[in-house]
Amino acid sequence: MINIPSTFKISIRALRVNKMRSGLTMLGIIIGVGAVIAMVAVGAGASQKIAEQISSMGSNLLIILPGATTSGGVRMGAGTQPTLTMADAEAILRECPAVEAVAPTHSGTAQIVFSHMNWSTGVLGTTPSMLDIREWPLTAGRPFTSQDVKSATKVALLGQTVVDNLFGDQDPVGQTIRIKNLPFTVVGVLARKGQDAQGRDQDDTIMIPVTTAQKKLFGAQFPGMVRIISVKAKSAEDLAAAEQQITALLKQRHRIGPKQDNDFTVRNLTQLMQAREESTKVMTLLLGAIASVSLLVGGIGIMNIMLVSVTERTREIGIRMAIGAKTWDIRLQFIIEALTLSLIGGIVGIIVGVSTAMALSSLSGWPTVVSPLSIVLAFGFSGFIGIFFGFYPAYKASLLNPIDALRYE
Amino acid sequence: MALIEAHTISKIYRLGDIDLKALDGISTAIEQGEFVAIMGQSGSGKSTFMNILGCLDTPTQGQYLLDGVDTGGLSRDELAEIRNKKLGFVFQGFNLLSRTSALENVELPMLYNGNTAPERHERAMSALTSVGLEGREGHHPNQLSGGQQQRVAIARALVNDAPIILADEPTGNLDTRTSAEIMELFVRLNRESGITVILVTHEHDIAAYSKRIIRFSDGHIVSDEAVAR
Repeated sequence: MINIPSTFKISIRALRVNKMRSGLTMLGIIIGVGAVIAMVAVGAGASQKIAEQISSMGSNLLIILPGATTSGGVRMGAGTQPTLTMADAEAILRECPAVEAVAPTHSGTAQIVFSHMNWSTGVLGTTPSMLDIREWPLTAGRPFTSQDVKSATKVALLGQTVVDNLFGDQDPVGQTIRIKNLPFTVVGVLARKGQDAQGRDQDDTIMIPVTTAQKKLFGAQFPGMVRIISVKAKSAEDLAAAEQQITALLKQRHRIGPKQDNDFTVRNLTQLMQAREESTKVMTLLLGAIASVSLLVGGIGIMNIMLVSVTERTREIGIRMAIGAKTWDIRLQFIIEALTLSLIGGIVGIIVGVSTAMALSSLSGWPTVVSPLSIVLAFGFSGFIGIFFGFYPAYKASLLNPIDALRYE
Repeated sequence: MALIEAHTISKIYRLGDIDLKALDGISTAIEQGEFVAIMGQSGSGKSTFMNILGCLDTPTQGQYLLDGVDTGGLSRDELAEIRNKKLGFVFQGFNLLSRTSALENVELPMLYNGNTAPERHERAMSALTSVGLEGREGHHPNQLSGGQQQRVAIARALVNDAPIILADEPTGNLDTRTSAEIMELFVRLNRESGITVILVTHEHDIAAYSKRIIRFSDGHIVSDEAVAR
């Protein structure tokens, strides 16, 4: 019959006798558990940041850029030759079944003035479906409509950074701002989105109808010219199909022969980011695995010290056997002792790991996410290590011959 | 049936190619309530015999019946249970756990038979009182004199109400006066509680406290006689 609470008391006492030794043995587990938690937190933080960037970019997003010009054999960069038109955008929405929404954009940089304040920012001429593609809600006012696009009205949606810089605490909705000296009515305010994957402030922007941008602000080399077309596919599985359909359609519309280079590029941003997210997950796993090795080494430390402890206490084991301790009484005593070491080490390690993760984010600015699962796993794993590495010493103790053990000096 | 029955017990140790007969066909019986001293030179086999009586060791040949149970076919754990319930050990070197209070040392056997904590405390206290150590329960072995330590060991042997106490040179580390006190404690336990006491000694004045003396030599019993009072 086994008495667990008393056995715990005995093991705590045994551990307190050699405080230094127990502390150092625990340190192995503390470092192991702490490292696992901190490393996984760093990895999870990186993954989460990328996931946030993906969702702030809008999911299932394709970007169509105009192609490169070639003049005298010198090829210029992508987007140097304006080839995309409003008609292209409409055709894509109409004829590509895998496409859910399309937003042509025509943008430029302009000085914005309100009252005595002014601010320079990117002005994005687009259509109402842009808000849907970027999954970008409004915090105030209303979006502009397709009617606004048709009649090229001078209305604007402001990003939060623009609002902060021009209006301070005032409500911008209904106010009139001037872009390149043209008066625009502010009809809505975009919700805050933060930085994008490249660290650019996504809130430093103004959205206006694309036609207004073409006709009144930035001009166009030919009517209906757009710089970029953003496309949202129906689902993540449809991304590849949408890319093919768009490429085929634009080749046909731009009359590009099979041997000619495309005068446009389709970029799959979501896929790119997902690949980054995958690689971050692999990194998290790798970091966790490396940290687990130190936990394993901590476990070997426990085994080592338990073997010493069994030898030192041979006589005690003999006494216990003589007065009636059975095989499992002796085994449990040493297993519980190892378990106590590893669990206390695990608890302290969790505290150390969480504080390390917090210190890392506040000192170096790395985002860290301490998941409850990693804490539960680390604690459970340290318990498992205690039992696993405690078993052999305990087993050895239980096999001692009571007569020899009693005579042991 | 006697409490302890030994039938032609032999214990043979193999040392390389040589068989060493520590015990050679020992037969004896000890009734409940007896007070037996086992005497003999070192190497006479008396300690080996005690180990077998104490279920710490098993005979190579022969039969050892304790309370009618043949210990020959029992497992390690079954022997441990018999030691816990039926036997109390008192050693020459006291064999108390250091860093553990007198009370906890006495409670130790009860850790292995499922008594609750309040039961353990109560029985350990009454065992300590019966050996005259009330008020010393919080002391650690190194704070107690040799005689007091041996009393703690006796209390530990008593606490499970074992019918037999096996004492291996219990006064070997004690001075004459303390030895007498300890022996009188054994006599009192034997007389008042009817506990069977078997002790190993090589001192005649210690053996004189017993009622029967069994002498060992070279693994044989050479004499077995009652003590004349």
